[in-house]
Amino acid sequence: MNPVFFIIEILPFLLQGLWMTIYVSFASFALGFLLAVLFAPLRIFTKEIADPPITAYVEVFRGTPVLVQLLFIYFGLPSLGIKLDPVLAGIVALGLNSAAYQSEIFRSALKAIPNEQVLAAESLGLSNIQIYRYVILPQALRVAVPSLINEIVALIKESSLVSIIGVAELTRRGEYLVAITFKPLEVFTAVALVYFIVCYTTSRLAKVVEKKFKIPGYRE
Amino acid sequence: MAFLEIIDLVAGYDANIVIKGLSMKVEEGEKVVIIGPSGSGKSTLLKCIVRLVEPKSGKIFFKGVEVTSKDIDIRKIRQRTGFVFQNYNLFPHMTVLQNILLPLRVVKKMPKEEALKKALSVLEKVGMLEYKDAYPLQLSGGQQQRVAIARALAMDPELMLLDEPTSALDPELVDEVLDILRKVAKQGITLLIVTHELDFAEDVADRIIFMEDGKIVEEGPPHKLLYNPEKQRTKLFLRRILKRLHNKTINQEINSN
Repeated sequence: MNPVFFIIEILPFLLQGLWMTIYVSFASFALGFLLAVLFAPLRIFTKEIADPPITAYVEVFRGTPVLVQLLFIYFGLPSLGIKLDPVLAGIVALGLNSAAYQSEIFRSALKAIPNEQVLAAESLGLSNIQIYRYVILPQALRVAVPSLINEIVALIKESSLVSIIGVAELTRRGEYLVAITFKPLEVFTAVALVYFIVCYTTSRLAKVVEKKFKIPGYRE
Repeated sequence: MAFLEIIDLVAGYDANIVIKGLSMKVEEGEKVVIIGPSGSGKSTLLKCIVRLVEPKSGKIFFKGVEVTSKDIDIRKIRQRTGFVFQNYNLFPHMTVLQNILLPLRVVKKMPKEEALKKALSVLEKVGMLEYKDAYPLQLSGGQQQRVAIARALAMDPELMLLDEPTSALDPELVDEVLDILRKVAKQGITLLIVTHELDFAEDVADRIIFMEDGKIVEEGPPHKLLYNPEKQRTKLFLRRILKRLHNKTINQEINSN
């Protein structure tokens, strides 16, 4: 059979897995984002208390392979009485890992906001939380947008790891097809192609978002 | 009791002490201009009054309330004072109008309608009404500073602190800001202004203070301090500034011929 026809034939089956890929990557991005947005002000405003444990968290999750973290959560945690189903385990593992990276993204984005902005807000009588909410966070988010989009793209690719614990996403479905068709070259070409299209589209979309969020009048 | 009283203030950054035991009083409605060489602590002095810089020691009283006390909520004081910065410090991600609405809404908890009315009226006062939907970075420095003044005015401050409001501006933009400040001065708000604009100081000030090396060297009514200072250091400083001004004028004349 013509390999092109073969790929077209298996595509519908693979695309069903694409939804799981997108679900896992965006859910873990959201989890990481929430944690990172929470960590950032804690690190700034309660420096002595919250900064050391958060820094330790970041170092541990960045200093160990995400695959090991995934295996730990799925196979290791049940021994401690925490049993998660594969999809949830995948989201938690990738999400906790992403929180570490996104936390660093926010840290450098927050650093990019000049201290004068804080002084101006203070001089008007805003509280620390109001300053974070209305002055710092909206500006830091804009600075962080390009890096955050990179993080989403990274997560889409990393989500292929959850195939190991049996989540039927894109890669897992590819493996399944190889097992029944014995055509790894064609199948994984198709799988790679789907990943590429999704990642490429995401980063193109990112440029649009970036433009939309740009501060008017800002020159680089 | 004085409107604003500073007693034996010492302040600085880490080991670098900038204000070295300074005391002064300001009466209600008074316009005080502070002049002095850079690094003399003028800007730090203004910042200490609303604790944007924490004093190391000394006391500051604003209408009988000890600002420097650890027990007060400094935000309550900041709501009643306005601060204008050298670099305007508008919030770049918000429109001109949003910049003014933010403190009215979240600090003063003003209802929407009332806040909007207030914001539009102060923008009108500084001649920036037509730019209400522009973003700060789309404006010239002079326009940004006028908005910053409007933002401070919108809070109905009893005391306004202006830290070199025209120093960051191109020469041709200085006057538009000074004109607004002259108008503000006529309203009766107590003003404390750090500036190098001596003509403006002479027009507006009830009193001029000359500061050097973290201390007050000399103070007095504008006429006396600018034309007939007692201290040698004041004379030297004024001569330096006037010389620079003079050179600038000559250069301008040469260029225009």
